[in-house]
Amino acid sequence: MVDLSVTVGGVRMKNPVMPASGSIAEGMADVVDLGRLGAIVLKTITPDLRQGVKPPRVVEYTDATLFSIGIPSKGPDYLLNHTVPFFDKFGPPVIASISADTVEDFGKLAGYITDPRIAAIEANISCPNLRAHGRAFGMDPVASAQVITAMKANTTLPIWAKLTPNVGDIAEMARCVEGAGADAVITANAILGMAIDAETMTPRLGNVVGGLTGPAVKPVILRMVNQCAEAVKIPVIGCGGIATGEDVVEYMLAGASAVQIGTTNFVHTSAMEQSIDWVADYCTRKGIARVSDLTGALMLPGDQPSEQRGAVAL
Amino acid sequence: MTMTATAQAEAPAGRFPRAENRCRVVSNDPVNAEYRLLLVEAPATGLTAYAGQFFHLLCPTTHTDQPFLRRPMSIYRIDRENRRLGFLYKVTGKGTRALMTLGPGDELNATGPLGVGFDLPAGTQHVAMVARGVGLATLAPLARFAAERGARVTAILSARAPDLLMSRDELEAAGAGVIEVNDLDGTSKPEDVADRLREIHAEVPIDFMATCGSNRLLGLTRGLCAEWGIPGQVAVEAFMGCGLGMCFACVVPVRDAEGKEEMKRVCYDGPVFSVNEVTTW
Ligand SMILES: Cc1cc2nc3c(=O)[nH]c(=O)nc-3n(C[C@H](O)[C@H](O)[C@H](O)COP(=O)(O)OP(=O)(O)OC[C@H]3O[C@@H](n4cnc5c(N)ncnc54)[C@H](O)[C@@H]3O)c2cc1C
Ligand SMILES: Cc1cc2nc3c(=O)[nH]c(=O)nc-3n(C[C@H](O)[C@H](O)[C@H](O)COP(=O)(O)O)c2cc1C
Repeated sequence: MVDLSVTVGGVRMKNPVMPASGSIAEGMADVVDLGRLGAIVLKTITPDLRQGVKPPRVVEYTDATLFSIGIPSKGPDYLLNHTVPFFDKFGPPVIASISADTVEDFGKLAGYITDPRIAAIEANISCPNLRAHGRAFGMDPVASAQVITAMKANTTLPIWAKLTPNVGDIAEMARCVEGAGADAVITANAILGMAIDAETMTPRLGNVVGGLTGPAVKPVILRMVNQCAEAVKIPVIGCGGIATGEDVVEYMLAGASAVQIGTTNFVHTSAMEQSIDWVADYCTRKGIARVSDLTGALMLPGDQPSEQRGAVAL
Repeated sequence: MTMTATAQAEAPAGRFPRAENRCRVVSNDPVNAEYRLLLVEAPATGLTAYAGQFFHLLCPTTHTDQPFLRRPMSIYRIDRENRRLGFLYKVTGKGTRALMTLGPGDELNATGPLGVGFDLPAGTQHVAMVARGVGLATLAPLARFAAERGARVTAILSARAPDLLMSRDELEAAGAGVIEVNDLDGTSKPEDVADRLREIHAEVPIDFMATCGSNRLLGLTRGLCAEWGIPGQVAVEAFMGCGLGMCFACVVPVRDAEGKEEMKRVCYDGPVFSVNEVTTW
């Protein structure tokens, strides 16, 4: 029997597979057994009530999507009174995710939702910082660190910092949030993109820009996971482009301690369960006793020092 | 929800109320120049579908078309006796073009049944439905359901041209009285359709209306429902991501009784809404 359990950022999970924030909701429980997941990650909430951005909200590519949803949020009371009780009954640890317009609000919201039924809180720092003219917190190392410090000051729950891939040096961001006390980093949120309709000469998304997600982003995020894992001691959670158990293994080899599956859940509701089964078979086949042994087990050719992996020559 | 309860009594669901149903294609033939009928053999969960619900179809990949997301299709025919489901679809883009390539024996992965369908009030005597184009696909099973429950059904089918009108037979077989109108001879103008319905209402009062497929027909239905003080429902379409209420892509503005507007998910809160809730779509 392979030991699939992992402990990530203060949370013990029976396997390393969980949904990415915003990729499942109550409807998923109508189709799959949420009890099988390593953890249940909830969609980001904000302190205020939000309706989200103007439709259209999705554009499709061959193996990716460009979504702009805008974090519709029913606020923290709805989370505690409805969402958490709904997901708590399935068994796996429940991870909340929060976002806010200011550092102080991140802190206050983390304190407000601190609850024994919540195992950790993700800091979604990919959202715009109102004090910095809407530039994402996550693009600014100082603001990112401030968010984590403010959250840690207001809650005893572990904090997972969800990094944005829309930065030049993601490893530096990982180091900053680690320094501020984050218990894990999630690498990463969606890649900023844009789509235009040539016929109508207008943007395809109501919000003009959106986040590129799905299998196509895998090579980019896999590289970032590897860079983050080399930069920090806290666990790295891989997120972006994962669709299969084989992807899960690749992310773990690159340095991830656990993974999150997002867009794939929209197309293949059984993907998370199938991935768990695939990883178990893989470990059996490879004679690997503990899935956690895969983390960082990538075998690099001896002549490739890690410094050279920060650049590319074509 | 009277309908939901009824549908569940008719066919017990499995462990989960919805599933990725692995269906087997029975046939996939054209019904006219634009529309095709896809008939599949479905597992038990799929057969619990009721009128107004939809399935999210995984379209095959072809040389030219690689649709990534699933495509929503209303349930057009629910044949529990032969364990079959039917979809009536219009070939419009890469997803439906890819669907066209499915042949007998192929597998179709259909997630569902999804969404909240029509909720026919108990004791309804006379249902009037107005459908435009493929909107008819959504209303056909409601006609059958209403007729089975002893209600009279009047269906007005609207299309650009007479040869694009479909499913007269399907509806008549379901026990509906069918009236066809089209743009070419001008009979499809909403005011004329409204007058036809007023005449019918004067003879046998209509106590429930359903519509799908056109904003103008929604306006007409809402007006007549208000005029007669009867309930009416509309099946709404929107671009979808997941079909399970998870991604929030397919939202439409919906107004509650106090007039407060909220973005609701077509796939999970709908696709069927009260005609008074939906503003436009
Ligand atoms: C609840 C529901 C039920 C439906 N039932 C039927 C039906 O019974 N028969 C039928 O022919 N059509 C139906 N449609 C519309 C059908 O889903 C679209 O025609 C189909 O998705 C087009 O896909 P495509 O790739 O061929 O076209 P493309 O234009 O290439 O599609 C591109 C994208 O736009 C989306 N899209 C395009 N048109 C529509 C539309 N009208 N509504 C929603 N999304 C759209 C597609 O899903 C896809 O993501 C329904 C839509 C919804 C929401
Ligand atoms: C529709 C949609 C909604 C999302 N909502 C959130 C969210 O609320 N909070 C968050 O941190 N990330 C959100 N994300 C980002 C995902 O959690 C994930 O980081 C991203 O999709 C990359 O993973 P994937 O390629 O597996 O989809 C969302 C993504 C999508 C596609």
